[in-house]
Amino acid sequence: MTAEPVAPAESVAPKAAVPAADPSTRAFAVATLVMAAALAAAPWVGVYPVFLMKALCFALFACAFNLLIGYAGLLSFGHAMFFGTAGYLSAHAAKVWGFPPELAILTGAAASTLLGTVVGVLAIRRQGIYFAMITLAIAQMVFFFYLQTPFTGGEDGIQSVPRGRMFGVLDLTQVMVMYYVVLAIFLAGFVAIRRVIHSPFGQVLKAIRENEPRAISLGYDADRYKLIAFMLSAALSGVAGATKAIVFQLASLTDVQWQMSGEVVLMTLLGGMGTVFGPVVGAFTIISLEHFLAERGQWVTVITGAIFVVCVLAFRRGIVGELSAWWTKRRG
Amino acid sequence: MKAFKRGLISLAVAGALAAGAAQAQVSDNVIKIGVLTDMSGLYADLSGPGSTLAARMAVEDSGIEKRGYKVEIVSADHQNKADVGAAIARQWYDTDKVDVIVDVPQSAVALAVNQVTKEKGKVLLDSGAASSDLTGKACSPNTIHWTYDTWMLANGTGSAIVKTGGDSWFFLTADYAFGHALERDTEAVVVKSGGKVLGKVRHPINAQDFSSYLLQAQASKAKIVGLANAGGDTINSIKQAAEFGIMKGGQSLAGLLVFITDVNSLGLPTAQGLILTETFYWDMNDQTRAFAKRFAPQYKGIHPTMVHAGVYASLLHYFKAVEALKSDDGTKVVAKMKEMPTDDPLFGKGTIRADGRKLHPAYLLEVKKPSESKAPWDYYKVRATIPADQAFRPLKDGECPLVK
Amino acid sequence: MTELFGIPLQALLGQLLIGLINGAFYAMLSLGLAVIFGLLNIINFTHGAQYMMGAFGAWFLLDKLGVPYWWALVIAPIAIGAIGVVIERTMLSKLYKLDHLYGLLLTFGLALVIQGLFQNEFGSSGLPYRLPTEFAGAFDLGFMMLPRYRAWVVVASLVVCLSTWYVIERTKLGAYLRAATENPAVVQAFGINVPRMVTLTYGFGVGLAALAGVMAAPIYQVSPQMGANLIIVVFAVVVIGGMGSILGSILTGFGLGIIEGLTKVFYPEASNTVIFVIMVIVLLIRPAGLFGRER
Repeated sequence: MTAEPVAPAESVAPKAAVPAADPSTRAFAVATLVMAAALAAAPWVGVYPVFLMKALCFALFACAFNLLIGYAGLLSFGHAMFFGTAGYLSAHAAKVWGFPPELAILTGAAASTLLGTVVGVLAIRRQGIYFAMITLAIAQMVFFFYLQTPFTGGEDGIQSVPRGRMFGVLDLTQVMVMYYVVLAIFLAGFVAIRRVIHSPFGQVLKAIRENEPRAISLGYDADRYKLIAFMLSAALSGVAGATKAIVFQLASLTDVQWQMSGEVVLMTLLGGMGTVFGPVVGAFTIISLEHFLAERGQWVTVITGAIFVVCVLAFRRGIVGELSAWWTKRRG
Repeated sequence: MKAFKRGLISLAVAGALAAGAAQAQVSDNVIKIGVLTDMSGLYADLSGPGSTLAARMAVEDSGIEKRGYKVEIVSADHQNKADVGAAIARQWYDTDKVDVIVDVPQSAVALAVNQVTKEKGKVLLDSGAASSDLTGKACSPNTIHWTYDTWMLANGTGSAIVKTGGDSWFFLTADYAFGHALERDTEAVVVKSGGKVLGKVRHPINAQDFSSYLLQAQASKAKIVGLANAGGDTINSIKQAAEFGIMKGGQSLAGLLVFITDVNSLGLPTAQGLILTETFYWDMNDQTRAFAKRFAPQYKGIHPTMVHAGVYASLLHYFKAVEALKSDDGTKVVAKMKEMPTDDPLFGKGTIRADGRKLHPAYLLEVKKPSESKAPWDYYKVRATIPADQAFRPLKDGECPLVK
Repeated sequence: MTELFGIPLQALLGQLLIGLINGAFYAMLSLGLAVIFGLLNIINFTHGAQYMMGAFGAWFLLDKLGVPYWWALVIAPIAIGAIGVVIERTMLSKLYKLDHLYGLLLTFGLALVIQGLFQNEFGSSGLPYRLPTEFAGAFDLGFMMLPRYRAWVVVASLVVCLSTWYVIERTKLGAYLRAATENPAVVQAFGINVPRMVTLTYGFGVGLAALAGVMAAPIYQVSPQMGANLIIVVFAVVVIGGMGSILGSILTGFGLGIIEGLTKVFYPEASNTVIFVIMVIVLLIRPAGLFGRER
């Protein structure tokens, strides 16, 4: 994808992997179009659309998470709270308040953005492992809140959420209509993230990640940049969670549990942290695996764990990171 | 699942395979059973692979294949997540031509699958889930709830204990919807039977230490400590109650949701004297013993729970309805199942009510002392039998929209 | 009867004691985590699984080999510690130069693998472990009946924790350990085999987890999930105490046990969550934890 040299990735935010896996604008445009075309065609050649929709929701979630870990160097261990909050709010809005789907999703996303702002203000004051711990702890508190409030329906969740009509015309009860709406949402989010990364804002973010004191001495308000990145990530995670709730017509505690936060870390790690396409590949891989393994149930945990181990020991750059490194090496 | 693999293989070969799928659609002579259960979590022993085994045994014993029907069984792990369960169910119905889903332990998953099944006009024979909402507010013309539910557990254990003098209660409740439901239903029964509730404490699920709650129960001086929780929580509560001398102090434990696998895991020395309600016990009569004798060797020695029995029996009845109708149209089959009286080796004769509730007797059981147990898995003595017409919630109290 | 916040004082005393006993487990587990983090810079997420393995070890020894509780207290931690040594040599040692988040991810994965394997082998409902007969019965403390076994847990845990603290903070071996944490190269230059010391330290930390597991076996259900439910809490204890601080983890372990115990009386639903509330507050006020220093 690119011809820039690669150094071994050592830090958790794979500094050196970024240039290799950060394709030029044209390459990006081509790759995105290919991906969009493949996804648009997939249901017509036998891939089950509900599976694709699930994978797309998680792909967007992983991309949003990656914005934070890959480009701002912040590992959040509580991102499920944004995913789940939006799910609950959009489900509630659609079911109880009778909102149309587009407004329901917006309501969900707005709620996560708001939560993201509050959590962000608290969390960005700490770094590294302490940042991870604060986000984990707050996520546990958020989980407790949803467990206790009556509107979430405890472990039964909010069920039978109506899909409704998007903008009054698109009938989302039709599977294919729903699918293309989800695809559109995903692509919009995906391109938006890429825009953010390549904007001056994204450059400053990377500068802060590489060397925070230097960025501050250059006159950048590091905390403000980190906070905005955190809010953006929360907002997009929210869009993903809200969309998932509408697709599955269900919002439940699963989506706010800490295991969900772990899952998005796994997807991003497997696909390649700090690469644009990595989280998408990671999400599709994990969701596919879960589908396959559903039949041989007992092994799900073992295999998921083994993937973590292998990733950390053998290819820390993730699938996309390693591929592009290999590509670069071959050409160079 | 097949369709999915297809999709992954490649975009190129998929076109040809899609044509293959269209052919499968017309062959209505295949009855495809989906066993959707917990393969890897808390309920894996009491349902899990054992439920798949029970389904296989039902196919063999029904002899339906000898009469020209083709039967296939698929199984999957819902990981106790409602969205995972609903997604699998949807895919099974949409692309894998599954006609009937069985088992589905865990109420949240069952409610979600119930919804999908209704939307697709297929069949859900639920055995593993506890929520009485399945035949109440959420009842559906496509669902039959076979084995047990929270109302029946509460009623069976609650009223029987009050009758034998256990008239003051303290609840240890899992802070989860099913725990609240169990507590609410039991409290209603206790109060109706003339008992009173002295206090309750709600603990987070998967707690490890219950001693604090047990001390509170002890201090309440209630005669009965009702355990409105499940799985590991119940097991740890019972274990620690023995340690803190709750029973020695004159209080009794009532397990509101206890399976024989839990008793096995506790061991008789700890579990002895515990009172509980189930609708099936393998050592009831020759037929149940014969079933257990075939079942256990194929399942690591674990004897069938009432959930396994429910999977087996509900499928036998399902096959009868399919053969009577010569169709596997979901809504029609369920209507037929409700119309026909049931008769199977494990639950005996029974009926299915309009709201989808299967009616059979429930048994109030007491865990034996170690000295009374003569063989492995010889765990219960039957204290009372609650007849089928009293064991379950009256039809009119369920608020099921199907019956008005 | 005297009352405090509507609860009889005697009942409250009982609850405090129960909290202290639970704190004993937290202290032992978080001590192991802190020792490992202090020297290896690894956040050992496998700790819960190793605790579970300790409990299963005790069960296996008694049930299959007829080895009683007292021997299990010695054998199981050594055996599980040895497995820990293998894990350190084959996997963790490759990660020391990396950001410690990688260590967290690796050990998290390992924990899943171990838990899954045990679940496949032993099922999900768990196994019974009989209370050793020496411990049958209870002490009458006036305000509550204290089972003998629980009393033993508190005493044993205190002894283990304090001797570990003494060894690390007050002996020559401990001095080497601490020096190696600060500057491994210099310590190596003094002729001390730092890698071996690191390996043994990990083995020791794992052994502590296994020891806690053996001690838990008679009172908690021996099940594959027993560690997974605990690890997050223990983790929080270490963070609150200050990562790597030995004394911090011990004191915080006992302290949080007591706070959790009180929560179980006043707002039981929140007893799992209260620790995280404290964690957020502590991290915001004292970023490095109560007893830690920023590194």
